[in-house]
Amino acid sequence: MGSPLLEITDLHATAEGKEILRGVTLRVHAGEVHAIMGPNGSGKSTLAQVLAGHPAYTVTQGTVRYDGNDLLAMKPEERARAGAFLAFQYPVAIRGITNAYFLRSAVNAIRQHQGLEELDPLDFAQILETKLKAIGWDDSYLSRPVNEGFSGGEKKRNEILQLAVLEPRLAILDETDSGLDIDALKTVAEAVNKLRAPDRAFVVVTHYQRLLNYIVPDFVHVLADGRIVKSGGKALALELEEKGYDWLRPEAAIA
Amino acid sequence: MKEHFLAEYRAFVGNGGGSARAPAWLKPLRARAIARFAEVGFPTTHQEAWRFTSVQSIAETPFSLIPPDTPLPTLDDLAPLLVGGRATPRAVFVNGRFAPDLSSAQGLPDGVRLGGLAAALAAEPALVEAHLGKYARFDAHGFTALATAFLADGAFVSVPAKTIIEAPLQLLFVATAVAGHPMWHPRNLIVLGREARATVVETYAGLGDAASLTNTVTELVLGDGARGEHYRVQRESPNAYHVATTYSHQGRDSALESCAVVLGAGLSRHDLTAVLGGTGGYLILNGLQVLGGRQHVDHHTCIDHAQPHCESHEVFNGIFDAEARGVFNGRIIVRPGAQRTDSKQTNNNLLLSRDARADSQPQLEIYADDVKCTHGSTVGPLDPTALYYLRSRGLGAEAARALLTYGFGTEILARVGVPDVRTQLDRIVRERLHMDSWQQAT
Repeated sequence: MGSPLLEITDLHATAEGKEILRGVTLRVHAGEVHAIMGPNGSGKSTLAQVLAGHPAYTVTQGTVRYDGNDLLAMKPEERARAGAFLAFQYPVAIRGITNAYFLRSAVNAIRQHQGLEELDPLDFAQILETKLKAIGWDDSYLSRPVNEGFSGGEKKRNEILQLAVLEPRLAILDETDSGLDIDALKTVAEAVNKLRAPDRAFVVVTHYQRLLNYIVPDFVHVLADGRIVKSGGKALALELEEKGYDWLRPEAAIA
Repeated sequence: MKEHFLAEYRAFVGNGGGSARAPAWLKPLRARAIARFAEVGFPTTHQEAWRFTSVQSIAETPFSLIPPDTPLPTLDDLAPLLVGGRATPRAVFVNGRFAPDLSSAQGLPDGVRLGGLAAALAAEPALVEAHLGKYARFDAHGFTALATAFLADGAFVSVPAKTIIEAPLQLLFVATAVAGHPMWHPRNLIVLGREARATVVETYAGLGDAASLTNTVTELVLGDGARGEHYRVQRESPNAYHVATTYSHQGRDSALESCAVVLGAGLSRHDLTAVLGGTGGYLILNGLQVLGGRQHVDHHTCIDHAQPHCESHEVFNGIFDAEARGVFNGRIIVRPGAQRTDSKQTNNNLLLSRDARADSQPQLEIYADDVKCTHGSTVGPLDPTALYYLRSRGLGAEAARALLTYGFGTEILARVGVPDVRTQLDRIVRERLHMDSWQQAT
């Protein structure tokens, strides 16, 4: 096993002066799928957003190396261009801009940065068609403005569509299962599974074990009160399903 | 300064009032209108409808009518302003006067009229008189009174019943680089007969930096079952003043889709009144403003649901940079008995700088009980969460800002039904927003 793609060491982060992450350490290698589980308020989404560069969070301590580089020194767009991708828990509506236009803008921004020729609408339409076919979806989302008037399920699917098109090396899914019914969950999970690849790592943030029945992780970590309090294999997820989270809280351990 | 305009009027009628062939009824109408202007003068910010828009700079500028012999531009000069190339039917007005040599009504079906109002008044007075001045009140305010007092020429479009015209009919009003303070008062009348279908594109543009005053009134009449599209583009010089009144009246089961785009003039004010005057009418009243510098735009819209079972959708988006200022007042009247009215109004304002400002005021007057009426308005900067979202997909901060801003515009332009018009407007908006070359339209 080579050097990790993502290496988080003793990460502390605050939002509005309140410390939310209190020393997270995690190593993710290419090809692996890591699940981050934990109760509400444990810092799961904060971790995901800090990795993507959300301006509302301040890192106060610790380091994050991505592909050998200092991820925290990079702007959100630089992280994206380097192949880091966050599927948002709450995808944002972009009025007036169709999905197709948005995706092409993003792909071309990345290509421009890589010194590659930009894709014109026709070239891009072809690539898009191939990508859609690969995950088994139709193109009904493409002509609609990004996330505008989308249902919860449609928004989550749209994030996965972006993942498929942008082909990141590190994909972080932030509660992609929340708000999905079982059929939508399966559809999304199947698409994610098709996108698993030896050179791509996934960090799947979820509150419920349910998603992990469909996206089977290599590792499961439990985040509580801003720290990873337990790590294990996929069996840990089932144990959490059965016992809940309380037995893992630091204060519970003391009591 | 009212006196200056009264003197201009005396000179105007003394010279024959623009045309020796003007019909007899026009003279007393003009006289009543100038009397009205003498009485009310220019609006002031003490009046509620003009609270945010001072026209003092217009009132204090000695605008004057210009002699008819000013040199005409060439068709090449106009080419960038035309939609869909030179072959499309058009009526061109230079400094407020109809320019027959630059216009073309070729290929239009029998009975269709597209040309100057003065000529139509002389040749076919009955056709014009049936509608002219029947809808827009000349006494609404000082500007409409002035426009009526100086009524001489403008565009006349008439599409007979059941006639369908595919190509957009263009009305192009250009200001040339005239020195001093020229003014013109084009008076336009567009009539779509019963079950007729047509698209009209009304464009006001400057070929120079003239500090002109355009004070125009457009009446748009749709007969029963008619379907019209009306696009209005104002892209005059930032030195120019633009005051406009658009009044539409729709018959039973008619449909009107309209969009007013404002990019130009230093100060512009547009009053739009849309009357749904027959049951089953359908109206789209959209608008887009993209302003910078110290530009000021004021839209006062009024949708009048006079009859039951009508539907209206209004969306006005404004993009204001630098010290630009936008005013929107959206009035919706649902008259007694106008049951089953379905009306939705939205006004969104994007402020791209600290010094930009927008004021938005909905005004709902509902006198019927079985209606659906909604309104909403927003004023604010670009959404930081949306910016972050775009950056998290690889777009740089500048590109993300441009894309979000552009989206504000395309939201309106995407609903423009005529591809040539949409493409032209899209290009102008992109230029204005300095969109990068790779962000081509899909």
